[in-house]
Amino acid sequence: MTTQTVVVGSPVGLHARPAALIAKAAGAYDEEILLVLDGEEADAASSLMIMTLGADFGASVTVESENADAVAEIASLIAKDLDA
Amino acid sequence: MIDNAIATTGTGVVAGLGYAPALWVKPAPILPHSTDAVVAEEAREAEIARWKAAVETVAARLAARAAAATGAAAEVLEATAALAADKGLQRTTVKLIAAGSTAEAGTVTAIAAFIAKFEKLGGLMAERATDLGDIRNRVISALLGLPEPGVPTPLTPIILLAEDLAPADTATLDPALIHGIATRLGGPTSHTAIIARQLGIPCVVAAADLADIPDGTLVLIDGAAGTVAVGADPAEAEAKVLTDAARRKAVQSWQGPGRTKDGTAVEILANVQDGAGARAAAQFPAQGVGLFRTELCFLSAQHEPSVAEQASIYGEVLAAFPGQKVVIRTLDAGSDKPVPFVAHPDEENPALGVRGIRLGNADQGLLERQLDAVALAAEQQGVTAAKVMAPMVATIDEARNFAAACRSRKLSPGLMVEVPSVALLADAFLAEVDFMSIGTNDLTQYTMAADRMAPSLAALTDPWQPAVLHLIRLAAMAGASAQKPVGVCGEAAADPLLACILVGLGLTSLSMAPNAVAAVGLQLESVTLEQCQRAAVAVLRCTTARAARATARELLS
Repeated sequence: MTTQTVVVGSPVGLHARPAALIAKAAGAYDEEILLVLDGEEADAASSLMIMTLGADFGASVTVESENADAVAEIASLIAKDLDA
Repeated sequence: MIDNAIATTGTGVVAGLGYAPALWVKPAPILPHSTDAVVAEEAREAEIARWKAAVETVAARLAARAAAATGAAAEVLEATAALAADKGLQRTTVKLIAAGSTAEAGTVTAIAAFIAKFEKLGGLMAERATDLGDIRNRVISALLGLPEPGVPTPLTPIILLAEDLAPADTATLDPALIHGIATRLGGPTSHTAIIARQLGIPCVVAAADLADIPDGTLVLIDGAAGTVAVGADPAEAEAKVLTDAARRKAVQSWQGPGRTKDGTAVEILANVQDGAGARAAAQFPAQGVGLFRTELCFLSAQHEPSVAEQASIYGEVLAAFPGQKVVIRTLDAGSDKPVPFVAHPDEENPALGVRGIRLGNADQGLLERQLDAVALAAEQQGVTAAKVMAPMVATIDEARNFAAACRSRKLSPGLMVEVPSVALLADAFLAEVDFMSIGTNDLTQYTMAADRMAPSLAALTDPWQPAVLHLIRLAAMAGASAQKPVGVCGEAAADPLLACILVGLGLTSLSMAPNAVAAVGLQLESVTLEQCQRAAVAVLRCTTARAARATARELLS
């Protein structure tokens, strides 16, 4: 299991557009990818589940998966401003 | 013989004609009342397959519409399609169906859980709740074999009929196919009206008997008259629509500056109430601002904004029209439009009470500080002799004191002509100030002694009332003899026909809602000053508002 903690870089937080982009990227992997915020878990392949985390700009989100490449890609997306 | 029966009359909010078959926005499906029914274990797999097929249908329809759309609409539809096929939603729903829920009940329960979470998160997330509700309705309709709910996607032009339109309904409205919109509910400021105005689609709202018109009926919608007619002669209706479309196109391409056919200049200006409004107005062919209502920044404030705060707001409006005319009107508040930090007396009759310049009796400092702020904004924006005018002036003393306060700050003073006393003694008032602007709404209400807010008195609060036109003439004549500008900044200026009469009476500027500017400019360009003057003389001889309007129409079109 690989984990990486990153800070949300999109000013709107992990809302509509950023959540959709992350879910799309996560959906390309076979392994399950989880996002964790304050003990709450969400499937990174579901933009609805990501949005229910309510992760605001600047929040620290942990990415977990068996696939290290997946963790690296999703973590780098979370850190970016995806709403730009 | 045309059988042009009016099916229903509502409030016209976007002028223009449209003629096409009616098509109703399909209502949302009735959701299952109970989610308790249990599907037998052996049928659950088939139930899951039924649900998946419905979701695929919904997502595919949305994706197809996204492919046919462009820009923001395509993005909205793509996002909705992705949300319908969301993995988390799928997992939650399939789990419910696998435990015995019907596909319908599973959909309702799963989406309700997400909606509850989003509403709890609030803010931007709460907006997603609307999208999820839309997806739920689409999936349920697909499961029940009902037509797709919401705005239909027509292949040929239609007149869209609805109870009212929600923001989600309007993302994909295509003016090439939606030739008119009529709703049974809503008002001039409803979401439907705002969207129709943006898209330039003829629109009638609050048309009570709309429900009597079934899908497919050929209807003629008139957004100026506020009518939805059935049974029009097709050839005649189509000819009318073509003429109207040509007129609307000419309005859209009118660029200004304002002038009559023979080249007499008439300033065509915009009414605004803040910086954002001024920037929006600058997108229209307006030559400046004839009325900047400063109430907005006061009405929402708990404490009086500081001079610097006020100056920054006024500066935004000045900056939107660099080098052009901007007339700033000082605070026009009263017990009917109360400002939180001013003590307004309890009044039996607020329209005739302590309003506008009369507030100075309670707090002279308020006006002084506002003038300081205008002077500061003018200095920061490099505007010399910025124009300021006072509302509700009734006496020469008020005019004289206001003018002195302006001149001591190097501002150019003006007056609103709202109280009939100012029109009657226009020469004397104009001697005190540099310009005057007629507020036709209030001038009409005070001349006719009729509350402008009372719908039952609409016939009296009509700016075509001959007595009102005679008072406007007095003000215009005073302007001509003093060689000082006298204009109009009220609803009357936005009526293209009345605008010609006002010019004929001798007014030099017309200020109106920004979206009325082009239609007025185009109408003025179609007539000579002499025509306007002749029509004005004829209108002044009329003894009723109806006759005045008819006379003007006959002589000017």
